[in-house]
Amino acid sequence: MSLLRKILLNPAMRPIWLIVVLLVLWDLAIRLFKIPPYLIPAPQKVVEALQNEWPRLVKESTVTTWATLGGFGLSILFGIPMALLIAYSRTVESFVYPLLVFSQSVPKIAIAPLFVVWFGFGIIPKVIAAFLLGFFPIVVSTVMGFKSVEPEMIDLARSMKASRLQTFMRISLPHAMPAIFSGLKVSVTLAVVGAVVGEFVGSNSGIGYVLQIANGNFDLPLMFAALVVLSMIGVVLFVAIDLLERVMIPWHASQRGDVHATP
Amino acid sequence: MTQPQLRVVAGGAAAARLAAARPFIRLDGVAKTYKTADGPVESVKPVTFDIREGEFLAIVGPSGCGKSTLLKMVAGLLPATAGEISIDGRRVAGPHEGVGIVFQSPVLLAWRTVFDNVMLQIEMRKLARAEYAQRAMDLIEMTGLAGFEKKYPWQLSGGMQQRASICRALVHDPRILLMDEPFGALDAMTREKMNLELQRIWHTTGKTVLFITHSIPEAVFLADRVLVMSERPGSIAAIYDVNIPRPRSLRMMGDAAFVDLTQTIRGHFYAQGTLDH
Repeated sequence: MSLLRKILLNPAMRPIWLIVVLLVLWDLAIRLFKIPPYLIPAPQKVVEALQNEWPRLVKESTVTTWATLGGFGLSILFGIPMALLIAYSRTVESFVYPLLVFSQSVPKIAIAPLFVVWFGFGIIPKVIAAFLLGFFPIVVSTVMGFKSVEPEMIDLARSMKASRLQTFMRISLPHAMPAIFSGLKVSVTLAVVGAVVGEFVGSNSGIGYVLQIANGNFDLPLMFAALVVLSMIGVVLFVAIDLLERVMIPWHASQRGDVHATP
Repeated sequence: MTQPQLRVVAGGAAAARLAAARPFIRLDGVAKTYKTADGPVESVKPVTFDIREGEFLAIVGPSGCGKSTLLKMVAGLLPATAGEISIDGRRVAGPHEGVGIVFQSPVLLAWRTVFDNVMLQIEMRKLARAEYAQRAMDLIEMTGLAGFEKKYPWQLSGGMQQRASICRALVHDPRILLMDEPFGALDAMTREKMNLELQRIWHTTGKTVLFITHSIPEAVFLADRVLVMSERPGSIAAIYDVNIPRPRSLRMMGDAAFVDLTQTIRGHFYAQGTLDH
């Protein structure tokens, strides 16, 4: 009994409690206000849809996850070197940064059809859409991380006759890690959005495609089920990066609560 | 390969040793002018002075008088605009071997333990880790950090962090220790304690120390000579010998000799009307 109690009272359970409360309120609201199912489906309908369509949802979400990871990987591959160039060269910064900010104000959904025209209905337009959304937060956070190294830190390294590579590897890079990770967390959730945007405009697979079809058929339970799966993808990817962060920068202030808790 | 050892110098012999010591660090007409958007700004007017081997020289002056600039030029971190700095007869043209620096903030790396922070100096200089590990531990013990070598900087108080940064500055056995307002960020009581500690460390290691400070009592308490700088652009207002026997205790800060000297030095700043902090 006490073990069950412990599990139920665990702080990690709190979000789940909130979800349960919200589900109950959702159900109550539908019954009380007699909301018709073509506007909002009842929770149990959504659960049924999840059960019935589970194999299909899993298959389609794998497609979306690959597109997300592809775009996210490209964001890292291009974002971090780009951020390094911006952080270490004023010339590059003055040329590239304004353009980068400008490019961010272009709504991705508006240009996504263009990628379909260029690259067809395969995975590439989705990856590009995910990349375009995930790229910017990584660049901004990484630039901030590298630029926030105190000048005294650099003076210290220079007084030790450190080479530029040594200074980078032993001081600047570890110093920038927390900022890079916060960029990665924002980026990965946005990459999911990007992949779905790609699937909306032109695709025949993926959760975005399921959403599109369900919407067209007024199949609201399926649509809600697809949304649940979609947010699960986002949560899982976010948690994966969070865990990686804990392993890689256990020294950072944001992780210290746990360090104290394990004496 | 010889194991680097802490050089031990008997306290009483310090004065006699100094009298015989030759100029070790030599500044000859050294000046610094910064280029800014609004045109050149003169930070340090040409200054000429010597620091003898094993001497503790303190520089006091108002904020922005170029004290830190002077120290950075001695460290080889900043090029002088005019004049020449030489250490032991060799011209300073960039960062060099024989120097350890302590900054106002401890600048410890948050992801390294105290021991690994001290060893950063060894790694960066590509010296043999194994040879200096014992010396690092000796220094950690000498500065009263024994038992904390595996702790991270955020687990230490401000004073302890600064002790760790002193260890880091000494671990490669430099001949010169440069300190840029090292205790400026500490509370008054910790600061007094650190002054006593630094005196002891200096006695034990026999380093040549260039010590920058805002605090006149701190300068007089620690130094063999106090160099007083004038307001920006910095220049030498005066150099005073501190003829107070060592080892000095905090009690001596009430003695007539001590009070007279601090008052004399303070007079420089009152005359200039700059002692506003």
